[in-house]
Amino acid sequence: MRAPSGQEIAAGDVLLSLENVSLAFGGVKALSDVSFDIRKSEIRAIIGPNGAGKTSMLNVINGFYQPQLGRITFKGKARAKMRPDEAARGGIARTFQNVALFKGMSALDNIMAGRSLKMHRGFFWQLLRHGPAMKEEVEHRLFVEEIIEFLHIQHIRKVQVGRLPYGLQKRVELGRALAMEPDLLLLDEPMAGMNLEEKEDMSRFVLDVNDHFGTTIALIEHDMGVVMDLSDRVVVLDYGRKIADGTPDVVKADQAVIDAYLGVAH
Amino acid sequence: MFYREAGQFKTTYESDQSVFPIRQDRIGLAIILVVAFVVVPLFGSSFLVNAVLIPFLVFSLAAIGLNLLTGYTGLLSLGSGAFMGVGAYACYKLTTYFPGVNILVWIVCSGFFSALVGVFFGLPSMRIKGFYLAVATLAAQFFLEWCFLRIPWLYNNNISGAIEVPTRTLFGLIITGPNAAPQTRYLIVLTIVTLMTLAASNLMHGRIGRMWMAVRDMDIAAELMGIRLLPTKLTAFAVSSFYCGVAGAMLVFLWYGGAEPNVFSIDQSFLILFMIIVGGLGSLLGSFLGAALIFILPIILRTVPAQFGLPIHAATVEHLTFMIVGALIIFFLIVEPHGLARLWQIAKQKLRVWPFPY
Repeated sequence: MRAPSGQEIAAGDVLLSLENVSLAFGGVKALSDVSFDIRKSEIRAIIGPNGAGKTSMLNVINGFYQPQLGRITFKGKARAKMRPDEAARGGIARTFQNVALFKGMSALDNIMAGRSLKMHRGFFWQLLRHGPAMKEEVEHRLFVEEIIEFLHIQHIRKVQVGRLPYGLQKRVELGRALAMEPDLLLLDEPMAGMNLEEKEDMSRFVLDVNDHFGTTIALIEHDMGVVMDLSDRVVVLDYGRKIADGTPDVVKADQAVIDAYLGVAH
Repeated sequence: MFYREAGQFKTTYESDQSVFPIRQDRIGLAIILVVAFVVVPLFGSSFLVNAVLIPFLVFSLAAIGLNLLTGYTGLLSLGSGAFMGVGAYACYKLTTYFPGVNILVWIVCSGFFSALVGVFFGLPSMRIKGFYLAVATLAAQFFLEWCFLRIPWLYNNNISGAIEVPTRTLFGLIITGPNAAPQTRYLIVLTIVTLMTLAASNLMHGRIGRMWMAVRDMDIAAELMGIRLLPTKLTAFAVSSFYCGVAGAMLVFLWYGGAEPNVFSIDQSFLILFMIIVGGLGSLLGSFLGAALIFILPIILRTVPAQFGLPIHAATVEHLTFMIVGALIIFFLIVEPHGLARLWQIAKQKLRVWPFPY
């Protein structure tokens, strides 16, 4: 299902690494001197208290913010300044903390829009919408239908997404990101505001995506149960600094993490 | 009950992706096309064809043009009147320099000039959107209007400052100029508008349409999906201006027969904006419905009381028309802010489930 792009990286090798990345907005330091890496085919969690710089981290990874200092290497290549659309071309997809779907379009069209990069028929074929353009459209529709089936959203295909309940919107958004066949999938709080059952469903989808397609996933999540169950490795941020990094068990026992979450007696 | 797709199974994705997946829609559209192409030219009066249908179609096309930009891509423009003007003046100059080439070629080609100008004035959309972009397009409106008025070359140094449409033929049939039959002009306008509507519909149902709507609904998410914002927005400006330009050329060459710069004033821009707001943003059908309401309603208000022999003074009728149309616009905006197109959708849904409420 997934077409590999660029040079092939074996599972377990480093897919993306950040070295000494610092990001500041004026005097506010969002990230200072953060280094960590994401390995191919793992689920990497980024956690930390509110305002720790988690979302800024994702924004740096997909090119929405440019860090002032530090080096980012993606797929073995050091990355210069990069716009978000270039990051997308490179194979980075993402979902948002607050659902950022195209509200006026149907679920199907939203996911089809995720295929925009993969569709190449030019303007004049689009005007005709017959022959090659239609063939391409149907080809991609087939792929999108696979995603729709995978996420169990067949019944809402033609529904305008603005009218869907929140849990389903999150699922459509995941589908839209999957339609890009990403090498690296960034999930910004995929379970925020969900009830237990929806969280269980979503966790299952995240694991399945990782299992079936081998997609590397970096996720931000506040529900510690979810984080500890899903992720292979966890990085903990606090006030823009990395305070811990390792397997869930290591991180759970780390004194600095406990202090950051529970506070320290003075 | 009357409008139910029960029993119509789609067995291929191709048929599911089609523009009119429901059979009743296809039948309805076929009937409208037959009436428009056959019945009207044969039986329609000159008044109906010349004063009602030709301008209705021309304005519909301009409304589609603006709708592609404002309704589908979410970029508010107040320059559509001026872009129509660019089309009209381009067509005029082209047919002056190359009288041998068929006028229909120039009517369509004038759209490209308009598209070029549209792209130029669309450049600010890289940085600004919403009301601020509207103000930037307003600058286009005033600048171009000034050009139409002050550059004599554009109107061939006429003393009157107006452009006059020369007589041109197609296969020996006079299609423009004072001696062209309304029916001929109507058929030409209808053909162009039908083909261009089809093209717009195809575009909106494919990749480019989805990219435009993605930019409209959530530009940040669109960008993070690899859609480059500026080229996408500029394409929208180009296509939209192309449609407006062709509409402008048809307005002058196939309806008015001549025009002064004030035809393409800010009023025209607002009129077209009203059409798409009342008709429905982001809907091709809405463009037609909006054009019908804004343009045809005043005509009905003017002619119907006269039929009943009501002795109202012409000026009073004019004032009444303004008041009634204005009141209707406000009424529609309050009752259905998504326009007539949404009303039609609701009606379809009601027809579908009738006689049951759900």
